[in-house]
Amino acid sequence: MTAPRTLYDKIWDDHVVHQAEDGTCLLYIDRHLVHEVTSPQAFEGLRMTGRRVRAPEKTIAVPDHNVPTTLDRANAATMTEDSRIQVEALDKNARDFGINYYPVSDVRQGIVHIVGPEQGWTLPGMTVVCGDSHTATHGAFGALAHGIGTSEVEHVLATQTLIQRKGKNMKVEITGSLMPGVTAKDITLSVIGATGTAGGTGYVIEYCGQAIRELSMEGRMTVCNMAIEGGARAGLIAPDEKTFAYCMGRPHAPKGAKWEAAVAYWKTLFSDEGAHWDKVVTLKGEDIAPVVTWGTSPEDVLPITGVVPAAADFTGGKVEAAQRSLDYMGLTPGMKLTDIKIDTVFIGSCTNGRIEDLRAAAAILKGKKIKDGMRAMVVPGSGLVRAQAEEEGLAQIFLDAGFEWRLAGCSMCLAMNPDQLKPGERCAATSNRNFEGRQGRGGRTHLLSPAMAAAAAITGHLTDVRTLM
Amino acid sequence: MDKFTRLTGIAAPMPLVNIDTDMIIPKQFLKTIQRSGLGKNLFDEMRYTQDGAEIPDFVLNQPAYRSAEIIIAGDNFGCGSSREHAPWALLDFGIRCVISTSFADIFYNNCFKNGILPIVMPQEVVDVLMADARKGANARVTVDLEAQTVTTSDGQSFAFDVDGHRKHCLINGLDDIGLTLEKAASIDAFESRNTALRPWA
Ligand code: SF4
Repeated sequence: MTAPRTLYDKIWDDHVVHQAEDGTCLLYIDRHLVHEVTSPQAFEGLRMTGRRVRAPEKTIAVPDHNVPTTLDRANAATMTEDSRIQVEALDKNARDFGINYYPVSDVRQGIVHIVGPEQGWTLPGMTVVCGDSHTATHGAFGALAHGIGTSEVEHVLATQTLIQRKGKNMKVEITGSLMPGVTAKDITLSVIGATGTAGGTGYVIEYCGQAIRELSMEGRMTVCNMAIEGGARAGLIAPDEKTFAYCMGRPHAPKGAKWEAAVAYWKTLFSDEGAHWDKVVTLKGEDIAPVVTWGTSPEDVLPITGVVPAAADFTGGKVEAAQRSLDYMGLTPGMKLTDIKIDTVFIGSCTNGRIEDLRAAAAILKGKKIKDGMRAMVVPGSGLVRAQAEEEGLAQIFLDAGFEWRLAGCSMCLAMNPDQLKPGERCAATSNRNFEGRQGRGGRTHLLSPAMAAAAAITGHLTDVRTLM
Repeated sequence: MDKFTRLTGIAAPMPLVNIDTDMIIPKQFLKTIQRSGLGKNLFDEMRYTQDGAEIPDFVLNQPAYRSAEIIIAGDNFGCGSSREHAPWALLDFGIRCVISTSFADIFYNNCFKNGILPIVMPQEVVDVLMADARKGANARVTVDLEAQTVTTSDGQSFAFDVDGHRKHCLINGLDDIGLTLEKAASIDAFESRNTALRPWA
């Protein structure tokens, strides 16, 4: 009998191609997702060495980081020269190497981490990599998924494997149920608040417990998406009936007898009783409140009912960092978080750009108007999310409320396309990073859930969404 | 990656110390989508005036050194940022070997990944090589990686050290990908096992 194993152990074991004496492994990669920013030199490397893509059928590319999300983006003039060159390079590389591709003009185009699951590329038990740190998102399916660098992108393209050392096992359990108004985003931010941005360094996290089981697949993707902000290499959630139901019928999911065989295998993907954990963190679902970030690190998390902290509330190196955050964010210690005025609201990104996120925001916005002078935008995570939201009438709710209704892409999650904050502008954002300058030089970011973002858009300041429900 | 075994070529003297990666390839050329093509901007700010004209004094603009394959450099070559664009630019110009008393760490590693041989020599040897390089195009230096020697145009030979694994990779033209591809049989075997076990994947 083999020793009890974690879910991570099982997926790892099933993908080891070769193990060197020093423990370094060659790991087989089932799905390689590619976008325009981190791939050009990797393809160039293949050309220079006369190599081909080993498994083009397992390689999926989509442009997302650079592409404008305004309705006129078919007009090339909406892109800067170097962005356009990067997108065109991806077009050409996809064609030349024969990989799966969703160009900007395709309705299925969107953020790579939304497109992968939506098209059924991401399935339980797989290894998934992408030259992007938020690849952890795919862990929601019980897939081992993480970001890689450009030289590794080339390595995977050429060999369909990655040179890796195994990480440690960490269990994050969320017991009980969430209270009304509390979402997956609040869970994932609260975990980072509790463990810090380095708390997961060297680990692969498995999220479990009743509150995680009760989440939809969309919610689980939100939780795993930010495993990286907690320092972890990857986040995982064991697949269950909800996972199977989500995957069934997707374009690239197995069908018929293969489907049956797949489900039988997927049902073995859970951490065994008695498996060894190097670290365990437990939070009570009932204790989690709607949260926001106040500073410039994702660990600067507080319940919306709180006040802005003072640098002196911290210890060690964090004192200086907190002071720098307060200065950058233009906040005074002691002020109520709900008194922080907002001028921009961004709903979207690979963290919260899925249909359920749009439903949650629309539920708050229905029949209401955004605050005068507020700049608010909804950027669906993919063309298909956008289409579905239009069908469900959500788009009209956003438009009636005064939101811009955009095309799919990364948009204001990072300042690489035309959507940027100006210095001093303050944004309530459903994305995942609040670093200095992340949304534009001098821009200030407060991370929160889609429902909380909608609430802030209405009132013009950070708001406890529960007061509007 | 191109193999490196034995090279006889023109050596360009660059006695300046602390030649950093920004001098090797300035920031404005990092937005490229390619590794190749950077050679024309190698040492851009030392090589061209503001309006793009060649600065005749710069060593690589001099007729004798326009097709140099080796650089004899001052201390601490390659310091600064970790940009892999620096070795990419050297390689694209045609430089396969740099000899100095010392190199910045990351640059040193990046060279091996890109088929360039960086050689550390004591000051007195670098002085001899520098004087030899100054003789111009007819004075060809020979770098023999297998024998681990550098030989001047007049036959003086000097031994150098190099890590055994890196030497193996350079001589055989192996990068990480090359090494992994040596295990192609294991990957093939894994794939056939996998197709049987998990046909949906
Ligand atoms: S939405 Fe943001 S975090 Fe996600 S892939 Fe795009 S830029 Fe990265």
